[in-house]
Amino acid sequence: MHTGLESPPRVWWTPIHGAERIWVSIAFAWCLVLFAMMPLWHLKGEQNPSGIRHTVEPTRYYQRVQEFINQYKVGEEAGIPIVAPPPGSDVYLLAQMWRWSPILKLQKGVQYTLHMSSLDVNHGFNLNPVNINFQVVPGYDYALRVVPTEAGDFRIVCDEFCGIGHHTMVGKLLVVDSTGAPIAPGGAP
Amino acid sequence: MTAAAMPSAFRTCPRTGLKVNATAEALIKANAVAATVALLVGGIAAILVLLTRWQAVHLLPADWFYRILTIHGMSMLIFFIIFFEMAILYFASAVILNSRVATPRVGWAAFWLMVLGALMVEATMWTGHADVLFTSYVPLQATSWFYLGVILFAVGALVVVCIFFGTLVVAKRERTYQGSVPLVTFGAIAAAIIAVITLGHGAAIYIPTYLWSLGIMKVDPEIYRMVWWGLGHASQQINVAAMVSVWYLLGALSVGAVVLNEKVSRGAFALYILFISMASAHHLLVDPGLGPAWKVWNTSYFMYMAVLASMVHGFTVTAGLEVGQRARGLTKGMFEWLRKAPWGDPGFAAMIFSIVVFGFVGGITGVTFGTEQINIIAHNTLRIPGHFHATVVSGTALAFMGLTYYVIPLIFRRRIAFYPLAKIQPWLFAIGMLIFSLMMTFAGTFGVPRRHWDITFSGAPFDVQFNPAVNLVMGLMALGGLLAAVGGGIYILVTVWSVFFGERLPADAYTGHGLPPGIVTPPKPIPPGEHSKKATGTLVLVFVFLAAFVAYYFINWKLLSVVWRIG
Repeated sequence: MHTGLESPPRVWWTPIHGAERIWVSIAFAWCLVLFAMMPLWHLKGEQNPSGIRHTVEPTRYYQRVQEFINQYKVGEEAGIPIVAPPPGSDVYLLAQMWRWSPILKLQKGVQYTLHMSSLDVNHGFNLNPVNINFQVVPGYDYALRVVPTEAGDFRIVCDEFCGIGHHTMVGKLLVVDSTGAPIAPGGAP
Repeated sequence: MTAAAMPSAFRTCPRTGLKVNATAEALIKANAVAATVALLVGGIAAILVLLTRWQAVHLLPADWFYRILTIHGMSMLIFFIIFFEMAILYFASAVILNSRVATPRVGWAAFWLMVLGALMVEATMWTGHADVLFTSYVPLQATSWFYLGVILFAVGALVVVCIFFGTLVVAKRERTYQGSVPLVTFGAIAAAIIAVITLGHGAAIYIPTYLWSLGIMKVDPEIYRMVWWGLGHASQQINVAAMVSVWYLLGALSVGAVVLNEKVSRGAFALYILFISMASAHHLLVDPGLGPAWKVWNTSYFMYMAVLASMVHGFTVTAGLEVGQRARGLTKGMFEWLRKAPWGDPGFAAMIFSIVVFGFVGGITGVTFGTEQINIIAHNTLRIPGHFHATVVSGTALAFMGLTYYVIPLIFRRRIAFYPLAKIQPWLFAIGMLIFSLMMTFAGTFGVPRRHWDITFSGAPFDVQFNPAVNLVMGLMALGGLLAAVGGGIYILVTVWSVFFGERLPADAYTGHGLPPGIVTPPKPIPPGEHSKKATGTLVLVFVFLAAFVAYYFINWKLLSVVWRIG
């Protein structure tokens, strides 16, 4: 027997020994399980980052968001418009240094197509406290089909470094239940 | 100029019997010293970052936080690690193979080019001209000198990799060794090939970005992310391959660990080479630029073949220790080979902790977060730095620290100063980093973002409430980090003192104080005859590992299944 510091015997292509063979086989089988889980979750699971993906000019996206805000605006908080789009529609979120706009008011249990893009640099969508994270890249429209499964008053934290004001970039997202009743803690408009 | 023509350029190592070339030795020393300086800079930055993220202290203002965080990443992940790896490449080629260095002058030129590049990058960062963090995602822009510095450093590193390959050719042609190269050198070859792939990606992204910073061309932000991570993640695989080589090396030096099967260990290194560059995908799983098929295929490194390689090495390194120890008479029960191992040898202790924390924390979390869908609940949270501090710090850096305790006597030929401190250093560092990375991972589970100056969000239009547990977890993270910082400080003190003021060793024999046991009393030769290759202890350990892996992996699917429906 030799160590890893010594040249091996002239012929080293030898059969694999007992315990090593067992472990390599089991590790390989586990790797196949790891692989299979991902396509399987696309078929059976309900959380997938697929979405609809397009490139978009940042200024064009900005205009689209303004149209969307003008169409469905119901109020304003901290200088950011509150928008209540119809159930099932396409909704738009804009990331820019250093704010998320608008404040979306969605209905629980309804599917929306949530578009996200950035006007300037990379940003990170982090839905608090649910812990859902997506990368927001300028020039790309990431449209995810989202069903809010709980009502509440949520925050959108930016989790990609975007400059000195990064830590102030906090947005808001409201989910009301089917009766449209005001939601619990924090209070909704 | 052959080796025979210049006998004075070699000395014979009294411990290993290897013929050590003087130029190789000088290059190893220079690169190791540069690495330690970078570690000191990165380490001070680490403490400042830690004391800022610990909200109870919140030391730095926002601009300096991001500046120091940039410095921490570049100094550690690029300058410290790569300088150290250059030293390993010279060691694994010239020293292990008893050879001269292929082109010594070019070796020195490359070294000074790397130093120049590193100084340029440090200067731009410290003066606030490159507050773009380690990843420098376009369109965040640094001064063009920053990108140019990175390019010069990378060119220097690429030249050293070429010298490494040249030295292999020289050694082969001059017959300085018999048969195939030893496994440790083979692992270094794998690391060097991955380095070529990585530096290719580096050129493909930093050169266009440099031109972009000069206003000459455009760079797409998503393409940047994809190609940059071909550098950013693949370079971590240089670290993995180098670290695994160091495991085999330290096993051999400290307890005379054997190689169970060359075919298996070398095959696993080959898997790294083949599938590692696909790891770029791990960073793009919740990006808008790429579709699910690409993500699933690439993130799995072609069906997790690189993960398989690490699982194989975790077994073969440990089983090599066990079989070697058993062959020397430590045969009682399942674990006598481990119980009676030299735990006071800092090289051995560092290796074991490196294997354990890399595997159990770094490996398991990495594969889990790198799953396409699970990444939704991990991306850009503290779970990510929690993962990579377990791999690259507790794994790679700790293994390199362990190696240093052998390099100081064998290459610098000095006694280790403050040896009692050196003995506890790997323990402090490993335990500290273990707490630190686990707590970071927990905090990330609650959605706490990474790279964030203030998670009380002062000045934000809306308040954010984290789970109350977050405060406690972040406090524990800080304590673990400080403990690790003490370990890191001891490492720097011991190495710098030993190298510059340490007592010189006599040329002919290595005895006395200030030396790891693996040097004073080398592992006994294995008695001749047939030996059992039984590795039952290791088999038990790897099944404990697998159980932890399976549990953590499926718990995360469970956590994912309760969030909003997304498609």
